[in-house]
Amino acid sequence: MSTASTCATRCSWWDHVTPALKDPISAVTQAFLADPCPYKINLGVGAYRDDEGKPVVLQCVREAEAKIEASNFLESTSTALSSKLVEESAKLVYGEDSDVIKEKRFAGIPALSGTGACRLFAEFQKRFYPESRIYLPDPTWSNHRNIWREVHVPDRTFRYYHPDSKSLNFMALMDDVKNAPDGSFFLLHPCAHNPTGVDPTDEQWREISSLFKVKNHFPFFDVAYQGFASGDVEGDAKAIRIFLEDGHSIGCAQSFSKNMGLYGHRVGVLSVLCNDKIQAMAINSQLQQISRTMYGSPPIHGISIVSKILSDPDIKAIWLKEVKVYLVSSFFFRFCTLFDFHYYKDDWTDSLSIISKCYKVMATRIHRMRVILREALERLESPLNWQHITNQVGMFCFSGLNRAEVYLLEKEFHIYMTPDGRISMAGVTTKNVDYLANAIHEVTACDQDAKILHNTDAYKINTDIRFTSLGTSKTRARGMNLAL
Amino acid sequence: MASSMLSLASAPPSASLSSHEIEKGKLNLGNSSLCFKKDKTNPFMKTKSVGRISMAVASNVSRFEAITMAPPDPILGVSEAFKADNHELKLNLGVGAYRTEELQPYVLDVVKKADKLLLEKGENREYLPIEGLAAFNKVTAELLFGADNPVIKQQRVATVQGLSGTGSLRLAAALIERYFPGAKVLISSPTWGNHKNIFNDARVPWSEYRYYDPKTVGLDFEGMIADIKAAPEGSFILLHGCAHNPTGIDPTPEQWETIADVIQEKNHIPFFDIAYQGFASGSLDADASSVRMFVARGMEVIAAQSYSKNLGLYAERIGAINVVCSSSDAAARVKSQLKRIARPMYSNPPVHGARIVASIVGDATLFKEWNAEMEMMAGRIMNVRQKLFDSLSSKDKSGKDWSFVLKQIGMFSFTGLNKAQCDNMTNKWHVYMTKDGRISLAGLSLAKCEYLADAIIDSYHNVS
Repeated sequence: MSTASTCATRCSWWDHVTPALKDPISAVTQAFLADPCPYKINLGVGAYRDDEGKPVVLQCVREAEAKIEASNFLESTSTALSSKLVEESAKLVYGEDSDVIKEKRFAGIPALSGTGACRLFAEFQKRFYPESRIYLPDPTWSNHRNIWREVHVPDRTFRYYHPDSKSLNFMALMDDVKNAPDGSFFLLHPCAHNPTGVDPTDEQWREISSLFKVKNHFPFFDVAYQGFASGDVEGDAKAIRIFLEDGHSIGCAQSFSKNMGLYGHRVGVLSVLCNDKIQAMAINSQLQQISRTMYGSPPIHGISIVSKILSDPDIKAIWLKEVKVYLVSSFFFRFCTLFDFHYYKDDWTDSLSIISKCYKVMATRIHRMRVILREALERLESPLNWQHITNQVGMFCFSGLNRAEVYLLEKEFHIYMTPDGRISMAGVTTKNVDYLANAIHEVTACDQDAKILHNTDAYKINTDIRFTSLGTSKTRARGMNLAL
Repeated sequence: MASSMLSLASAPPSASLSSHEIEKGKLNLGNSSLCFKKDKTNPFMKTKSVGRISMAVASNVSRFEAITMAPPDPILGVSEAFKADNHELKLNLGVGAYRTEELQPYVLDVVKKADKLLLEKGENREYLPIEGLAAFNKVTAELLFGADNPVIKQQRVATVQGLSGTGSLRLAAALIERYFPGAKVLISSPTWGNHKNIFNDARVPWSEYRYYDPKTVGLDFEGMIADIKAAPEGSFILLHGCAHNPTGIDPTPEQWETIADVIQEKNHIPFFDIAYQGFASGSLDADASSVRMFVARGMEVIAAQSYSKNLGLYAERIGAINVVCSSSDAAARVKSQLKRIARPMYSNPPVHGARIVASIVGDATLFKEWNAEMEMMAGRIMNVRQKLFDSLSSKDKSGKDWSFVLKQIGMFSFTGLNKAQCDNMTNKWHVYMTKDGRISLAGLSLAKCEYLADAIIDSYHNVS
């Protein structure tokens, strides 16, 4: 009766399964790992590295772990720890003294880092607003689109980044917000926009918030870099506090991957503001139900580390200091831009010495790398404008390199980054920055389509009229729908 | 205009009306052209009373007004009810979490050692690749299929780390939904409560095959075979690799062969949920024999694993989904698609549990120690079964056959009690169990067997 069919004779059930497109970000890491070149550089994924190019485990994390016992495996402790995490995370993002916290007017659930929190919200949105859409900034983190698409919520983009000026396209943004149907769901990056590093000013946030009120839009914040943009966790939450002041009922996806270096532990929180505790309970029950069919609950190890760090005042103080030391200070950036005009003249050495004094005082590694990279490119007499390297905020630099240049960097120089030209500054070290600058200079100077770049006189004309494009319209003025 | 509205928004929210009042229409809302389509009322305007002055205040009323409480999870709900009970003789036989004789949670020694080693090593916390920790994926497939299995050597298994059994099942469900649209999953009647929820949320249709026979408190084998035969060709048949949850009733090796025959005949795909490897017989290898038998026949098989019970790693959410394919090329393609499903769910899986399992299973000494602890845990449950059976047989004079307690295997026992009888167990005896009559023997101590026997006998005979 039993017929043992051999593998050779029967077809596979899975013949019709095609190979999936590689995820653009992790594909970079995979390619990097497979490369035997000894001086290769990984500028792909946004995970912090020290100057040796090594991952860093924060001291606060080690201290928290030392205090955690194996009794975490108890189910009852798990529930208590999860509640603690949600409570402390909400305080962190909404402000300890906010009414929302005092009146417990929020629903919250631990999630599998930022991705998981966004996914839970997307599922929740689909369940209760099945006809709704999500508006995503253009560009945004590539996985955002995947997440909402997976739950069958169609996405639209709103203009955000101005490729020519490498800054915020505020007028267009406001226009798109206005033209969206009332009551639309919008995803916003409150600080350290990924991938551009370009953030609205406080004043611009206020205007955005007002317009949102008028349009009755739902603001959903993806908070992946609180503390990472300016070194100040309170300051980085300013956009959210502005919206709160204006009485918006918002949602937040928080991630502790970057600001606590807990990437692999998958710790995050999804919170949704509500009217009152009763509604909070209802929403919580729905969110729990959604997570229970996806993975049950998030892993306790990460939850216990974060809740320990946030609730133990001594360990929290260590964390806040580490965030400043390792990460970026925006004050330094703004200080830098005051000296930008020097870069168009030949006497950049003066401004550089002033800046170097500054960064000795306020130095943080990523800062320093931004400045050094920019310096190096200018020393090579690159005809292009690299101001944006130091203008942009956070872990990433949206370099403006096009796909062809990115490809060349990989093939010729063994330098890896996502196809949209996004560089993770955390991957730049004092040892590799010169090599990187040289490589970037080589590929941009050799751009086939833009022979004009070899003629620096022609470019000087451009700078005189303050035209800060990185190249010809053909190569540069591409749509910014990159690797979404 | 907006700014004047906003200035009023700074009125204390404590003055706001509850959602209840809003629903009852006590709220007199202003009119505006800014009505949100779904609400009948204008969610943008809300009147507040501050003293005797009513102000129109611009604040966004939550758009989630209509959301109701989700029903409580039947299994976890039991633990919650248990916690709320203050009776001194209360007994929690709800969730399948292993307890010691003292009814304390048990952290395996081998896990403590692995945890300590990890702490000392001070490993980094970098993102795992989407498919998970390579060292873990290797050992988990070897543990299930056997390290020397040709399917492993030929690289015909797509293994992706998942968040315990639930997460792994969900990945497989999403794969089925995407590549076999309309195909059904057949689940046993009864089965673990979350199975249907997982398939529902993954939008995979499912139906049941007969499994539990209340008359014999055993397997309805004929019904099972008939239902599997009747299913449309190319269905996915969800099977419990060992220690069936909730009944504790497993097919015999001969019955497994027949099940495999029928599945091959009908061109179905066997889909194993292995949550208790080691807990059924005490032997990790022996408990994998059903899966290995299917694979040895050259069948393509899906298998979800969990380390929640057998390593006590419930809270760390560590498991895996394995798809055994007929070629390494198919396995590579399937793996890439599983990754594509994982990325918008959580990007990459958590590292800690994976490292623990990899260090235990990958180290000969620790693995041996684990085998011993596994035997001890399974052994305790077998002793408890014996004691319960003995108590029931000696106390119950009606001549009812209680031997199913001994025949059933694993953490659970399906007592055959109906809902009213289960309610009696809880209300009168403070014994907490799920309403389908399932008790978790992992939560029973030898000391409490007599008490439980009394409760069962009373409920069975005196309640209908």
